[in-house]
Amino acid sequence: MVFFALPFLGLLWRVPWGDAWGLLTQRSSLDALRLSLVCSLSATAISVVLGVPLAWILGRVGFPGRGIVRALCVLSMVLPPVVGGVALFAAFGRRGMVGGPLYDWFDVRFAFTTKGVIMAETFVSMPFLVLTVEAALRGLDRRPEEAARTLGASRWYAFRRVTVPAIRPALVAGAVLAWARALGEFGATITFAGNLPGRTQTMPLAVYLALESDTGQALVLSLVLITVSFGVLVGLRDRWLGGDPGTLR
Amino acid sequence: MVALVATLGVLAGCGSDSSTGSSSTTRAPAAQASGTITVFAAASLKEAFTEAAAAFERANPEADVTLNFGASSALARQIGEGAPADVFASADTANMQKVVDAGGIVGSPTTFATNSLEIIVAPGNPKGITGLADLGRSGVVYVTCGPEVPIGTYAAQVFDNAGVAAPTPSSFEADVKAVVTKVTSGEADAGIVYGSDVKAAGTRAEGVAIAADVNVVATYPLGVTTEAANPEGAAAWAAFVTGSEGQAILATYGFGPA
Repeated sequence: MVFFALPFLGLLWRVPWGDAWGLLTQRSSLDALRLSLVCSLSATAISVVLGVPLAWILGRVGFPGRGIVRALCVLSMVLPPVVGGVALFAAFGRRGMVGGPLYDWFDVRFAFTTKGVIMAETFVSMPFLVLTVEAALRGLDRRPEEAARTLGASRWYAFRRVTVPAIRPALVAGAVLAWARALGEFGATITFAGNLPGRTQTMPLAVYLALESDTGQALVLSLVLITVSFGVLVGLRDRWLGGDPGTLR
Repeated sequence: MVALVATLGVLAGCGSDSSTGSSSTTRAPAAQASGTITVFAAASLKEAFTEAAAAFERANPEADVTLNFGASSALARQIGEGAPADVFASADTANMQKVVDAGGIVGSPTTFATNSLEIIVAPGNPKGITGLADLGRSGVVYVTCGPEVPIGTYAAQVFDNAGVAAPTPSSFEADVKAVVTKVTSGEADAGIVYGSDVKAAGTRAEGVAIAADVNVVATYPLGVTTEAANPEGAAAWAAFVTGSEGQAILATYGFGPA
């Protein structure tokens, strides 16, 4: 436990408290904060929209090779993020498999754009939501859903009114985990989206670069990230997962 | 054996197979260096130092040179935080001075090489870039490094010398090799790098000259660290790099004499 606590204590010890507010509210910090929030929330929204159907397919629909498809969907979770960035590069870069034609025909570019940051963050964070929701769907008692169907509810209506409320704790937990992961994304972002203040320089990137120029700023931004992450974990445990840990597993 | 410690987060883009063909006449020097020698070197020295390390190890079979490349600013910070470097080779005097001021270098550093700047573009120069003024053109994706990285400051000086407004970059990369990678991979159209980087990139990139009267001479100082675990080995490496064989290797990679 001491091993886990000491790095944070060390950080607290080195933060220049006198200048902390000034360092936090300077232009480059605020830009990074804003960008981090926008990108991580966008990535979470996309993860929910795409991830819930994906989790449903993985959890409910039996098809051959499901294990492989599932592994593919969550691969980016265990991959070194820099490798994820390189893979994104190969697919969506300006000379990439998909990115090349997109650029040539529609002038759409992901590298060095905020779109690229959101894409990188979604890529690494969606598996957290998919896995959490899928586990909940599998562990769910299906009888209420079937009852709703026999009472004439459409499949979509039953999903929306019966299934979603039942898996809500898992959905919220998954979304929050995905959000926290997106907020902390570094490797894939700097590899794929580059680093430009105000456009692709999120907080972790700002921390990394500020280390060389302004250590105080790096420490203060690190502290903000830690506080957020810590708050998320404490909140997850007490509020959202509170009543029924069984649904999450 | 040359152990390449890749710097975190840096896409060391090139699979540089250090050309081993040049079997130089290995006369055993008077004193043989031994043990592990950890060299922290500016990213632009990657190819030259990799080959120099191989040559050094041939001459000193008991020695093992471990190379760690990165932005000189990042390396200077790591040394300041106590990273185990025996030798520090910077691409500018400012970052070397930071380490000297912190009492991290034995004596005063030695300048061992110089470099000039070039514009790096994709092979065939598809955007038709002819000079500094073209880098700010709309439709040209230009990348550089932050002002703490030597190449970032040198590039700013070049624009200043030429009286051209420095263009807004698309990204501030972590070190000069990351700029090279962004251009060779096609994500960026142009960047300002060292002449040696263009040479090292070979057929994957092309250089556009920057006029001599506005160009900058980058000087590379090297020093043995005060906390060196292998001071004898570090001194031997410094002597090798500043000696005739080391200088010859640097010259083949486009570096100028000190």
